Amino acid sequence: MLTDFFYTLKNRKVPVSITEWMTLMEALSKGYISSLDEFYYLARAILVKSENHYDQYDVAFQEYFKGIEGPAEINQQILDWLKDPAIRKTLTEEERALFKSMDFDKLLEEFEKRLKEQTEQHDGGGNWIGRGGTSPFGHSGYHPGGIRIGGQSGHGHAVKIAAERRFQNYRSDLTLDIRQIKMALRRLRQLSRTGYEDELDLDETIDATCKNAGELEFIWMRSRKNAVKMLLLMDVGGSMDPFALLCSQLFSAAHSSSHFKDFKFYYFHNCIYDSLYQDIERRGAVSTDHLLRTMEPDYKVVLVGDASMAPSELIQRDGIINYYEHNETAGVVWLKRIADHFTHSVWLNPDNSNYWDSMSVNMIKKIFPMFELTLDGLGEAMKKLTVNK
Amino acid sequence: MNTCDFDQFKGSSNYVTSEPLRNAVNVSIALGRPLLIRGEPGTGKTQLSHSIAKGLGKKLFTWNIKSTTKAQEGLYVYDTVQRLNDSRFGDKNVSDIKQYIKLGKLGQAFTSPEQIVLLIDEVDKADIEFPNDLLNELDEMSFYIPETNETISAIHRPITVITSNAEKELPDAFLRRCIFHYIEFPNHELMEKIVKVHYPDIKNNLLHEALKTFYSLRQIDEFRKKPSTSELLDWIRALLASDIPHDKISSEIPLISALLKKEQDYNHLVNTYMTRVGDNFVIRRK
Repeated sequence: MLTDFFYTLKNRKVPVSITEWMTLMEALSKGYISSLDEFYYLARAILVKSENHYDQYDVAFQEYFKGIEGPAEINQQILDWLKDPAIRKTLTEEERALFKSMDFDKLLEEFEKRLKEQTEQHDGGGNWIGRGGTSPFGHSGYHPGGIRIGGQSGHGHAVKIAAERRFQNYRSDLTLDIRQIKMALRRLRQLSRTGYEDELDLDETIDATCKNAGELEFIWMRSRKNAVKMLLLMDVGGSMDPFALLCSQLFSAAHSSSHFKDFKFYYFHNCIYDSLYQDIERRGAVSTDHLLRTMEPDYKVVLVGDASMAPSELIQRDGIINYYEHNETAGVVWLKRIADHFTHSVWLNPDNSNYWDSMSVNMIKKIFPMFELTLDGLGEAMKKLTVNK
Repeated sequence: MNTCDFDQFKGSSNYVTSEPLRNAVNVSIALGRPLLIRGEPGTGKTQLSHSIAKGLGKKLFTWNIKSTTKAQEGLYVYDTVQRLNDSRFGDKNVSDIKQYIKLGKLGQAFTSPEQIVLLIDEVDKADIEFPNDLLNELDEMSFYIPETNETISAIHRPITVITSNAEKELPDAFLRRCIFHYIEFPNHELMEKIVKVHYPDIKNNLLHEALKTFYSLRQIDEFRKKPSTSELLDWIRALLASDIPHDKISSEIPLISALLKKEQDYNHLVNTYMTRVGDNFVIRRK
């Protein structure tokens, strides 16, 4: 049954709903499609609502329709022929009734069966399709040209297209680009009325005008603006080098997102100690203590780093990796201070969460909610940053 | 199996479509559901609705969405300030509210005596809640004006095309009601067709060199903004006007300012892939 396709999609995590499935059924019942290729695109247009899920759709499609992988062109020819009213006229009354009783589901099912048969018996020439007797494929004799099996396929057909998996790069759990990150960051918003009074407050205006005995009195109010302030702290160098491109994308996205009220960023190496730095070369040191004293707690803090380091770097005095520097206070204490000072903070880890098993990762995970630096992870993190405490 | 009214849209002379896109358009027309189009900037999302309107010989209504647009504006606007103002001078009959109700684009589309194509452009520019406010209107194709106790319902369901840049995620409830298509970036073959539609007399040599250069530029992931179709078309127009020898196109990338719009991208290209020869920069040989 075609309904299984619905569940195959669900299993593959394509978010399909009954509403969309019914829409597809409506389209099918109107008979808009004549080939598996068209079915592929029709179902995709109706069921899948984001290019992020195209790849999962392709995988599910392949899984479900794999039996029809081979000669999809025959399918098309048969359906073409079945559709042709000129030929239907030549059918007997009985055959026509049979024809009507076959719905698309059954047709596909029947088809799959036939095709399986074919592979089992190898290509037995042009007659296997005629053997069905009562099946709609059996009427091929009426077709002037007959139906050729295994004819050359002129164009890429659906299962093949699905097998190409061209949309792999759009999967949201895999890749990120600046635009996507920006989109995720946009979730970070809290609207509040600030700035000039440039919006007409209709209710107040009416009230005031009434009180003014009908003489017009305009009342203006401030328009809504995003009040979110963001602080980005990024780990650079060393073990973060493989993620440099990803991190710079996150940075560009955050930096060019104009909707923040304020955006500040600092760098650190492995862990945060007495100072934070203004550029990647770790120049322009700013005292962490100073930052904590001067920044209001309502900044949303995003820390980016792989959180992988020797435990000593985290818990010991002078544990700092740089030989020429000293730290009076252990890194973990600084992290705790940051987490305590700001009301909302998250840690984004570019490493795959399957590898989050080192001691330092586990310790930091207890201080900051940790998310993967993928589109999904970023989305979750942004959600965490907007919840009211 | 009435396919006769299905294959309505076949593209138009100045817009090249792929088969899946044509299918999606036709499904949306046949089912009377809005078509949601997404894709990279410059892949012709907005142009599609112009093409549908032209191909089917229907009028096009465009509703451009801005960050401040509210759903209500698309339906109707009740100009209370004007009415209040008129009430002071008494030269109009202010008890006739109808004259202060102005239909928005959606309202106009519903009341149009013939079927039209409605483009809701860049729906994601607006507030996150915006699409949700239009759910019922797009479903039922009707809305109610409490001020005049009137219900405006569509005489003909407009063919609705909605474009989105994926800047914001659209609500699920809204998505469920749409037909969705993602316009992929055109491949080499399709791009040739697209260029030829715009410049039918272009020499094959020039086209070949330009496309080769264009696609190799697009492979550089470090660019902040990769060149897109509309930039390619601009560039080719500039090349055609400038009479630059064809063999120089891929080695020197002349008039590159038409392709790269960001200083950082240009610097990146020059520093990483080019070397100075006399007054010009030339692509380094590997």
